[in-house]
Amino acid sequence: MIPAEFEYVAPSTVEEAVRTLDRAGDDAKVLAGGQSLLPVLRMRMADPGLVVDIGGIPETKGVREDGDALVIGAMTSHHEVMRSDLVRQHAELVALATRTVADPQVRHRGTFGGSLAHADPAGDLPAPVLAMDAEMVVVGPSGRRTVPAAEFFVDYFTTALQANEVLVEVRLPKYTGWRAHYEKFNRVAQAWSIVGVAATLLVRDGTVAQARVGLTNMGATPVRARGVEQALLGSPPSGEAIRQAAAHATEGTQAGSDASAEADYREHLAEVLTGRALATAAGG
Amino acid sequence: MTATPVSPTESELGRSRKRKEDARLVTGRTRWTDNMTVPGMLHMAVLRSPVAHARITSVDTSEARRMPGVQAVVTGSDIAQRQGSLPCAWPVTADMKAPPAPAMAVDTVNFAGEAVAMVAARSAAEARDALDAIDIDYEDLDVVLDIESAARDDSPLVHQDLGTNRNATWTFDSAEAGTGGDVDAALREADIRLDRTFRQQRLIPAFMEPRSVLADPTGEQYTMYSATQVPHILRTMLAMTLGTPEQKIRVIAPDVGGGFGGKLQVTPEEILAFLLAEQLGRPVKWTESRSETMVAGHHGRDQVQRLSLAARSDGTVTGLDVKLLADMGAYLRLVTPGIPILGALMFNAIYKFPAYRFSCTNVFTNKTPTDAYRGAGRPEATFAIERMMDELAAELDMDPMEIRRRNWIGHDEFPYTTVAGLTYDSGNYEVATDRAMEMFGYQQLRDEQLRRRQSDDTVQLGIGISTFTEMCGLAPSRVLGSLSYGAGGWENSQVRVLPTGKVEVVTGTSPHGQSHVTSWSQIVADRLGVPFDDVEVLHGDTQSSPRGLDTYGSRSLTVGGIAAVHAADKVIDKARRIAAHLLECSEDDLDFSDGRFAVRGTDKGVAITDVALAAFTAHDLPEGVEPNLDAEANFDPENFSFPHGTHLCAVEVDTGTGGVRIRSYVCVDDVGSVVNPMIVEGQVHGGLAQGIAQALYEEAVYDDDGTLTTATLADYLVPSAVDLPEFHTDRTETDATSNPLGVKGVGEAGTIASTPAVVNAVVDALRHYGVNDVQMPCSPQRVWRALAGVRAGSSTGSESGGGLGSIDSGGGFATGASGGAR
Repeated sequence: MIPAEFEYVAPSTVEEAVRTLDRAGDDAKVLAGGQSLLPVLRMRMADPGLVVDIGGIPETKGVREDGDALVIGAMTSHHEVMRSDLVRQHAELVALATRTVADPQVRHRGTFGGSLAHADPAGDLPAPVLAMDAEMVVVGPSGRRTVPAAEFFVDYFTTALQANEVLVEVRLPKYTGWRAHYEKFNRVAQAWSIVGVAATLLVRDGTVAQARVGLTNMGATPVRARGVEQALLGSPPSGEAIRQAAAHATEGTQAGSDASAEADYREHLAEVLTGRALATAAGG
Repeated sequence: MTATPVSPTESELGRSRKRKEDARLVTGRTRWTDNMTVPGMLHMAVLRSPVAHARITSVDTSEARRMPGVQAVVTGSDIAQRQGSLPCAWPVTADMKAPPAPAMAVDTVNFAGEAVAMVAARSAAEARDALDAIDIDYEDLDVVLDIESAARDDSPLVHQDLGTNRNATWTFDSAEAGTGGDVDAALREADIRLDRTFRQQRLIPAFMEPRSVLADPTGEQYTMYSATQVPHILRTMLAMTLGTPEQKIRVIAPDVGGGFGGKLQVTPEEILAFLLAEQLGRPVKWTESRSETMVAGHHGRDQVQRLSLAARSDGTVTGLDVKLLADMGAYLRLVTPGIPILGALMFNAIYKFPAYRFSCTNVFTNKTPTDAYRGAGRPEATFAIERMMDELAAELDMDPMEIRRRNWIGHDEFPYTTVAGLTYDSGNYEVATDRAMEMFGYQQLRDEQLRRRQSDDTVQLGIGISTFTEMCGLAPSRVLGSLSYGAGGWENSQVRVLPTGKVEVVTGTSPHGQSHVTSWSQIVADRLGVPFDDVEVLHGDTQSSPRGLDTYGSRSLTVGGIAAVHAADKVIDKARRIAAHLLECSEDDLDFSDGRFAVRGTDKGVAITDVALAAFTAHDLPEGVEPNLDAEANFDPENFSFPHGTHLCAVEVDTGTGGVRIRSYVCVDDVGSVVNPMIVEGQVHGGLAQGIAQALYEEAVYDDDGTLTTATLADYLVPSAVDLPEFHTDRTETDATSNPLGVKGVGEAGTIASTPAVVNAVVDALRHYGVNDVQMPCSPQRVWRALAGVRAGSSTGSESGGGLGSIDSGGGFATGASGGAR
């Protein structure tokens, strides 16, 4: 398992990283935590001439508040995200989903932004970020731009990021007081999700005032389960209402068949797991 | 002479000594083959076929030869004559059909992953880079994958020259052998006849340390370091395969990180490294990537099992007919064709079946060769019969444990000669079972199961049983001879008491995780009455341990350990003669205990360590006694050993998702007397993990082109501790009567026993819905499909893997696809 030869640079600012990427064109790969890229390089499924390691850029790390938004730096490790009091308070769904990522070693190395920019349909973080209407802050040669999560995930392993752009932070509205659950279904602990369901609910006076639901691995990109969200509004988050809402889970999905599951099984799981995610969130 | 006082030692046998090996192995400050570097060493990399069956039409290595650091590029045609054919030591039948098995393909490739070229370069990275510059064209041939169609006469052929894909058919019939009755009659006259087909999926040994070889031709002897289980077999086979004189070859297995049968092999890469080093006159090292392990290291299992069982309506089994198809893969490796035969004598298990017939047809396919994997033939047999016993219980609406009690051999019936012709020396199935049932809380779980069924709970409970035995301690040489195996089953040991009183034990077995150093130290310390820490165990080097047959088949303790006992006893006998001489008494007047010879009825005596010094100085030895206190013993067992046990598993099946969770696992094993209980416990835990892995997680999957799609550990789902339950284990001790320690093997027991316990539990949880089988591994999707009855019987195995995320990971090893026909 020896990668093909490549140049390695570790810029210390975002601007320097962007300049480097801009010069390199398509020949560069961005290294964040390396938990997906390094296996790809070692198996020679990619052979970039240049690897730009942005993991050491200070301004891309950490969690902070900015008015009504919670801001998670792209190079914040999974471990820091799931332990962050701010994330737990204002975006519990993100903390819960992050806790299911791989194992402690990976969570210490892997980064929030790296995982989102990798855009693996089986990855656990895109669905919560999509469901929570996050904004992705991207820096390129012409400066900063903001991409809504709904436009960020384009296809399998493909995002709205250009080759000369870097994801620097993710801005989330605060979901303070919302209940949440991430229901992950996989076969062994270190395996990717066959299907995952991210759900967060605002319950007022015993009924669902707002709901956000996202699905992992039910298509080329994470899927927002708007039908489920709509069906829940105004209902008590329990029993029959949840069952009826979950029946909408597969609307708009395009589940694929692969080594771990065929499409019809995925669709079945999506419905079952949506029901469970909602019930657990409501109970929490 | 005055005796040095020796403090009485606590009995070493049965003591949970911490392992002497662990500090080195756990910290990695040790001698793995890949850790070694010798002067002038080059690195070897192997190019592998990307296609499963093709003719090689052209090879261009010119660009690779010009790559930086490259010293040689070698293809199959360069070594076609020199490489010979990889050995198969087990020609199971006289008319067995076997193709030549080149270490490197010359003009045809027969499985994806087969070596097609190799590079020697100054660095491992340069060697790897050069592989990408080798250009090989392939012309596709029909790919043969499915064993059932491969076995038919109209199938395309793997090896054209053989005229068939069938390697051999091996049969046993109790009526012909005189060990039992006629199966056809039993089936005809049966109250109940059950016919079932089970599939033993293909598994990958997945040892932790990749295979690694360092071949050094620069000394007087040609030295090969290899991460192998079998250094002695490797040395002899290198000599026989390549014609290099055996005395000019030294093989060293340094610390070896796992094997599970996967390193019971003479590998193509060992031959290739040898030839490359020979050609260049320089040391060459090769260490594989994980993906190479997966595609090119041998696989295990892979059988289709058809069983017909005859029984009376009271549950008494009256006959068993077994028909197997076993997948050899593309070539025969060291013991490939014999693996299913190791199970042939085990289908009757612990039961008193009056009639038994077995037939196995070995079949070639365009897949990685199969060979030994933990249990080797016996897990397959145990799975099939233990599944059948549960099916019979269901058919008769009897408790599955009651069915077993009705058929098993009673403790007062040993020694018992089975319908397969083996004589089980000892056992007590009743005691082990009673203890297991008590620990498990069998009745409470049955009550809970009933409640969940009645309330149609989303989570259903299933209870699975496996009352297993196995034959291990391979093996009596005469039995191996009768099975046409190419070697004996004896073992060798030397015990040397050094002038300073310290002890060296040489064993011909070759540890790769089993703790031989600790256990042999305990055995010999106990025998000689010397401190545990004063004993060193030497192994794994054909120079320091010149005779042996290595480690596999749970044989090390029951054969190799007994050889050490005999060698130690010879040392004591010799020491007694010298002690009597020194003490001027008769040998008969000497008592030996705690390392000291004492003259009975006096306070006179001498320590064995002082006898050793006297034997070394040799100033005053009795007539006819040679200097030095050492001895050698060869031990050939008179019988196999037959560990047994009762394993009980409770699973929760989530009927919403098909997910299976092991709720409780209890096993009570009887491995006879125990030298080190902690090590035995560790063996049981590891064995259970691998057996459960077959039941629930692991499967080598090929696509329609013959590409292994589970070629990384992201796709081939080896469970970790998180995925496994807490194991509740206990032991009963019924001594083996075939050796002086009363020990049986333990290395494979957990793996053999656990798979059917888990699958029986999964089926039991779903039985009331009408499910009577779930194919292994019992993935959530398979369970869900079984439950839903959707596309019944269509789940043939394409959905087992986990996936490297969603990345297509089929191409993790270097392949020569460029410019090819695909």
